[in-house]
Amino acid sequence: MLRFVLNKLALIVPTLIGITICAFGFVRLLPGDPILALAGEHGVTPERYEILKHQFGFDQPIWMQYFGYIGGILRGDFGTSIETHRPVIQEFLTLFPATIELSLCAIIFAIVLGIPVGIFAATRRGTVIDQGLMGTALVGYSMPIFWWGLLLIIFFSGLLHWTPVSGRIDVRYFFKPVTGLMLIDSLISGQKGAFQSVLSHLILPTIVLGTIPLAVIARQTRSAMLEVMGEDYVRTARAKGLRRVRVVGVHALRNALIPVVTTIGLQIGTLLAGAILTETIFAWPGIGKWLVDAIFKRDYVVVQSSLLLVALVVMGVNLVVDVLYAVINPRIRVQ
Amino acid sequence: MKLMHTLLTAAALAVVLGGSAYAKTLVYCSEASPANFDPGTTTGGNDYDAGARTVYNRLVEFKHGSTEIEPGLAESWDISPDGLTYTFHLRKGVKFGATDYFTPTRDFNADDVIFSFMRQQDDKSPWFTYLPNLSYDYYVGMDMPKYTKEWKKIDDYTVQLVLTEPNAPMLANMAMDFASILSKEYADKLQAANQMPDLAAKPVGTGPFVFVDYQLDTTIRYKANPDYWAGKVKLDDLIFQITPDATTRLQKVQSGECDVMAYPNPADIPAIKADPNLTTYSMAGLNVGYMSYNVTQPPFDKPEVRHALNMAIDRDALIKALFQDAGAVAADNLIPPTMWSWNKDVKFDKYDPDAAKKVLAANGVTSIDLWASDRTRPYNPNFQRAAELIQADWAKVGVTAKITTEEWTKYREDGKKKDRPGAFQIGWSGDNGDPDNFFATLFSCSAIGVSNYSSWCNKDFENDIQKAKTTSDMAERTKYYEDAQKIFAADAPAFLLAHSQVYVVTDKKVQGYTQDPLAMHRFDNVDVTE
Repeated sequence: MLRFVLNKLALIVPTLIGITICAFGFVRLLPGDPILALAGEHGVTPERYEILKHQFGFDQPIWMQYFGYIGGILRGDFGTSIETHRPVIQEFLTLFPATIELSLCAIIFAIVLGIPVGIFAATRRGTVIDQGLMGTALVGYSMPIFWWGLLLIIFFSGLLHWTPVSGRIDVRYFFKPVTGLMLIDSLISGQKGAFQSVLSHLILPTIVLGTIPLAVIARQTRSAMLEVMGEDYVRTARAKGLRRVRVVGVHALRNALIPVVTTIGLQIGTLLAGAILTETIFAWPGIGKWLVDAIFKRDYVVVQSSLLLVALVVMGVNLVVDVLYAVINPRIRVQ
Repeated sequence: MKLMHTLLTAAALAVVLGGSAYAKTLVYCSEASPANFDPGTTTGGNDYDAGARTVYNRLVEFKHGSTEIEPGLAESWDISPDGLTYTFHLRKGVKFGATDYFTPTRDFNADDVIFSFMRQQDDKSPWFTYLPNLSYDYYVGMDMPKYTKEWKKIDDYTVQLVLTEPNAPMLANMAMDFASILSKEYADKLQAANQMPDLAAKPVGTGPFVFVDYQLDTTIRYKANPDYWAGKVKLDDLIFQITPDATTRLQKVQSGECDVMAYPNPADIPAIKADPNLTTYSMAGLNVGYMSYNVTQPPFDKPEVRHALNMAIDRDALIKALFQDAGAVAADNLIPPTMWSWNKDVKFDKYDPDAAKKVLAANGVTSIDLWASDRTRPYNPNFQRAAELIQADWAKVGVTAKITTEEWTKYREDGKKKDRPGAFQIGWSGDNGDPDNFFATLFSCSAIGVSNYSSWCNKDFENDIQKAKTTSDMAERTKYYEDAQKIFAADAPAFLLAHSQVYVVTDKKVQGYTQDPLAMHRFDNVDVTE
């Protein structure tokens, strides 16, 4: 098992180097530059442009800038935002818990609903229920997040007034963040009603962000279940006269979950991509919105460092999934 | 027992905090997070709303709802006859707002004024580089380093600004956000404690509100400054809730989560106006959208061709298509009608495709480059759509336009090149309400290669705007600018599009809100009724 984990870790190093090159290079390939973005409509004289270029270090050869960036990272210095002048790592750590909280809620929502829906559809294969559920899943999968989010806001918040429109908590509650996870911080604060306010603010963004993973998990669970249900050992279990719940829940589901776990792992990337839009619609202060703002402002330092940090997180999660996969399916370890 | 104590403390805290929230609180749905709270270091309107207009004051202020100047931290001022020396007589007894991170021990005085400007002027000051990669862009953009000879402290309550050459718009510059007055005592304390970046993160000022807390990308909290020199404001608490999406902002105002929202979607305006619970404020913005012809490049080197191209565009239809229900005022001059010195006698070229066709054919004009960007601006919500409509109009008079679309920063970089071919769509939002801020910034000879996208250098126009800059007599300045507008209209270095309407939406319970021509959002005269 240790060897398996070490092998996986060894793969991460070249991937990370590749990501630093991509993150550093791609943002510079984009048209426009941060000095002009900062200067606004006033423009900037050619002389001043040169002064600022020198000040920001953009006049150095590109390879020197790259190695400066790598050197900084190795020293634990991810640089300072050109726009806000704050350390990138400080902004990342402040905003990341909001994204984690939302992503966790979304993936839990997707798993808790997606697996039972998949099982239910598989056990009623070919019926109207199956077709209805899988049709709905396809709609969910194809739904544009932005449109879906606004639709839910207009309906549930605007018309029915059931849920708050946006944000993480009602502005009436005010406490300093401790963990950055609002569900926990609201409990620590001891303020009456704060936890409920956080929960109510989480409902719509969780549904919006969780919709695509939910659809994917439901479809994957269904097809994996169908495959397993045709296996000899399931037929044997049935022939032995075991109850249907036990056959499906223990014999079939346990084996069907193996590809589902991989699918859930792969959804982490989708979640982070979806978080960008969800965070913008719901004014959710996470890293998705932060990263997009930085790209628009050509804040090279934020873009190159935050992409690396996000990649680290995604790879970390994938490593955990791989390990989990190996735990569930011992054959993987041998391979 | 310990648990009981904890619970009691938590309950008491909840009552205190909850209680304060039910005091007169106004929640403003702002459009973006501030870069920081030091108005000298930032350039965005949302930065100034969050810092300059809440926490700080300036020597002089813009009157609510206008670009006229009124006394601020300076009770009065004198300008020497040669226009080179500005003497400011400072208000006495002004307190800096006390916060939980700084308690001032002295009142505002001349040292604070000199510190606030010299940190931006003097490259040897430790405050010149107190943040990584800092540049005081607005101070430089307004040519302050060029015009400032020195700041002199005459006594604790008198300061003098000596200029290198006369500059009439200087007084208006003193009301701008970058000219906000910071506390030198606070800065000294931060420097001694080696915490200089806190100047931008935890502001201390003399303004109507005192900064309480900022949670990154989420909320900014202020409370009323109890010692405010102009009298305590009516609100007790002010909260900025950062909400980037305009549709979400509107939903929040409609559901009562916010009391005021910035920048509604133009498409939502009719629905907003129909909502009985909302109040809509609108005014012609201090902006102009236009299309620069590079007069150094054929065929734009001939004024008759420029006029003909203007006449070929159905401007009313173009404005309607671009601004839709939000509306905009067709521009006759470079400056909007709300600005002093606007020349009512100057009219823009009338739509006359037949006459235009003849002139263009006589000059052999058959193809033109037409520039568009991917960005939405207040003065032009859709460059691409505008380009397509202009292309269609020009096609009717026998001119083929080739549209080039570029990303916004690259667009401006390429657009300002002196030898750029073609017609270039651009615009401007005013900084300080002074006509010089439009004429000199956009069409002076020295702005060629920076923000004069027409590369137009007209001697008579230049003469007018330079003279207007160096005299402080308003009547005389008005005459110069009126004449400059005539010259501009006659020589037509650009196609003038429109001055867009600017909107603010509030809940009906918000009283006393005044919309600002400079698109600032100020809450110092606002009240809320329950």
